[in-house]
Amino acid sequence: MSVLHIVNKSPYDRYSLDTCLRLARPDSAVLLIEDGIYAALKNAAASERVQQALENHQIYALEPDLQARGINPDNMIDGISLVDYDGFVKLTTDYDKSQSWL
Amino acid sequence: MATKKFLYINRKAPHGSIYAQESLEVVLIAAAFEQDVSLAFVDDGVYQLMQNQDTAALGSKNFSPTYRALGDYEVNKIYVEQESLELRGLAKDDLMPLVYEDEDDDWAEKDSIHVVSSAELAEIIEQQDVILNF
Repeated sequence: MSVLHIVNKSPYDRYSLDTCLRLARPDSAVLLIEDGIYAALKNAAASERVQQALENHQIYALEPDLQARGINPDNMIDGISLVDYDGFVKLTTDYDKSQSWL
Repeated sequence: MATKKFLYINRKAPHGSIYAQESLEVVLIAAAFEQDVSLAFVDDGVYQLMQNQDTAALGSKNFSPTYRALGDYEVNKIYVEQESLELRGLAKDDLMPLVYEDEDDDWAEKDSIHVVSSAELAEIIEQQDVILNF
């Protein structure tokens, strides 16, 4: 099985998302949490990179972190799946390993 | 006490660290000393003003409604850098409306948020006596 990559920093503040996508194998998944969820927004400078990544990876975003930051799911890039805290826990058990790009 | 021009520059997203909340508290305290206060939101700081922030599921304090109190403290010069908004796919409509009542204009309600270019913000920074960064 594969790796769950977790990104918790804004793509405009750090290179965490870029490094993650560069080093994530095609069958691995990406979970956006905390300030990482800003990468899920449409029509932004990072949107194209995320859209490309969706061709090779399942991408998830943690809904409570979206709500806290005022992000409407309608403004998210199509293809990103929302998870709640239970979904977060399930992902960490569905994948062999979790890798947090702190 | 002589009035000085204070500018608070906010460059961090709101809930991932304590900077935004601390900045807002300092601004409200400083406003009580009747100084000439301006706020600037640059880089990820623009996310602080997003509408409809709801931290209930996080279990952390939602301080975002407090920005609406700034007008009552006569903090009504709020500058948001256009370039920072655009890079993030945001526009002024995505930000919470912040207003104040202008005592020199029969208490007419006016917009506190000014979306400004980098060049305009550079000029505003130049005019300050004190600059504080969060």
